[in-house]
Amino acid sequence: MKNIKKDFPIFEKNPGLVYLDTTATSLKPRVVIERLLDYYQNFSANVFRGIYKISEKATAAFEHTREITAGFINAGQDEIVFTRNTTESINLVCYALGRKLISKGDEIVVSIAEHHSNFVPWQQLAFENGGVFKILPVNEQGILVQDWEKVITARTKILALTYVSNVLGTINPIKEIISTVRRIKKDIIILIDAAQAVSSIKIDVKELDCDFLVFSSHKMLGPTGVGVLYGKKDLLEESFPFMYGGEMISRVEIEQSIFQPPPHKFEAGTPAIGEVIAFSAALEYLQKLDLKKIKRYLSDLGRSVFNTLKDEFGENIKILGPADADQKTSIFSFSFYNFHPHDIAQILDEQNIAVRAGHHCAMPLHRFYNLGASVRASFYIYNDENDLKALIEGLKRVIKILS
Amino acid sequence: MDIYREIILDHYKNPRNYGQIKDADIKAQGDNPLCGDKITVYAKVSEDRLYDVSFQAEGCVISIASASIVFENIKGKRVDDILSMGRDEVEGLLRVKLGHNRIKCAVLALKTLQQALAEKKKKE
Repeated sequence: MKNIKKDFPIFEKNPGLVYLDTTATSLKPRVVIERLLDYYQNFSANVFRGIYKISEKATAAFEHTREITAGFINAGQDEIVFTRNTTESINLVCYALGRKLISKGDEIVVSIAEHHSNFVPWQQLAFENGGVFKILPVNEQGILVQDWEKVITARTKILALTYVSNVLGTINPIKEIISTVRRIKKDIIILIDAAQAVSSIKIDVKELDCDFLVFSSHKMLGPTGVGVLYGKKDLLEESFPFMYGGEMISRVEIEQSIFQPPPHKFEAGTPAIGEVIAFSAALEYLQKLDLKKIKRYLSDLGRSVFNTLKDEFGENIKILGPADADQKTSIFSFSFYNFHPHDIAQILDEQNIAVRAGHHCAMPLHRFYNLGASVRASFYIYNDENDLKALIEGLKRVIKILS
Repeated sequence: MDIYREIILDHYKNPRNYGQIKDADIKAQGDNPLCGDKITVYAKVSEDRLYDVSFQAEGCVISIASASIVFENIKGKRVDDILSMGRDEVEGLLRVKLGHNRIKCAVLALKTLQQALAEKKKKE
């Protein structure tokens, strides 16, 4: 997007940086860094405890982020829990609700394309409680195979599904999926991993009718250390606490403890106060840019990336996931000739191009494609055609060195 | 420091001591599940000396080249001396400094061999 690099201070110190790893974590705009500094320099007090001014200010700013986050996905304020990251949000649901929901023979359904964080917690829950762990496949093009009448049975209690695959970039048609699944079984618990979606797709949790939706601040221009868990109010009320400690208590006696209502029931201990406060700047920044415009920009750039890579390297580059730019976000995982992904990434790094090499925390999916690892280049709002050109030149250099 | 120097690439493209040793008394497999690298090492040991060693592998430039360079260097050495080698020695032989992630590729061959040598020693 035009002139946007100037909003990101990292490019001042490192003007040649070609950053193609937003899927791992996004860069941070100046407004976010400034708000973080503002807290640490001017009102770095704890929240909810102090009667003094700077604590009141910190508490108000902290809760203001909750309000903005709720508005961002059309949730109620008491339906927004702050965690450390997406992984913790999923583990929280798995522990606080999953444990009491799953008994012997009950089914949990996930897709083969899940990040380990939305795969392993459910797998382990099924093992521990004697449940059945069911896997939805994708086809060769990386599109989810939808056979819900067969998959969802009377025993299916939980469906945990990613909105956008962190490897394939595939956008799952979540709204249609949820409505289909609910037609078959109304009371199934549905958790959506929106970590790769929320920075470029407008989400309305009421319209989606998911029970839980999880994402991370740091993948959407905000600070690290802040995750979001949206949960329907009645389900949050019904869930166990996840951790015990300060902040989540309303009364403690030797005989018993009474917990706060959600969301504070799930926020034991001092949270990442400055980071939560600065997260609001990221949300405001995204709102100002407009997610619809971001999506359009990334679709156009993504189409160009796909076509250019194919034009340049033909059969020697194998891009995982759908070819149609409308079915995916601007995430491109690929194998290139028979070169090792680590070598490709390292040679690109010598040219100041940051890509990811590995299995991207999705080993079952890589096994499905019979790959040990792949290279992943992901594009976001601060990337443009020049970054694409740099990537192409970089890959040509890889061929020159390794052939 | 350039990792992809001529000498490293030469060892990658034409690895020394590559293949099986038919009458090996050590055969061990190692892998790096993070990137799918796999290696099988073969060795012959006599009187506490490694007098033959070879490998077969799938992996990145660093893992193949380091197997080739390290094995070329340690052939004929005393088992105890090989067991005491570590990251510094491997980086010294490759003449590169590697980061936290890449060092695992570089030491895969040596670690796999060391583990097998240590087990053999324990049995004897």
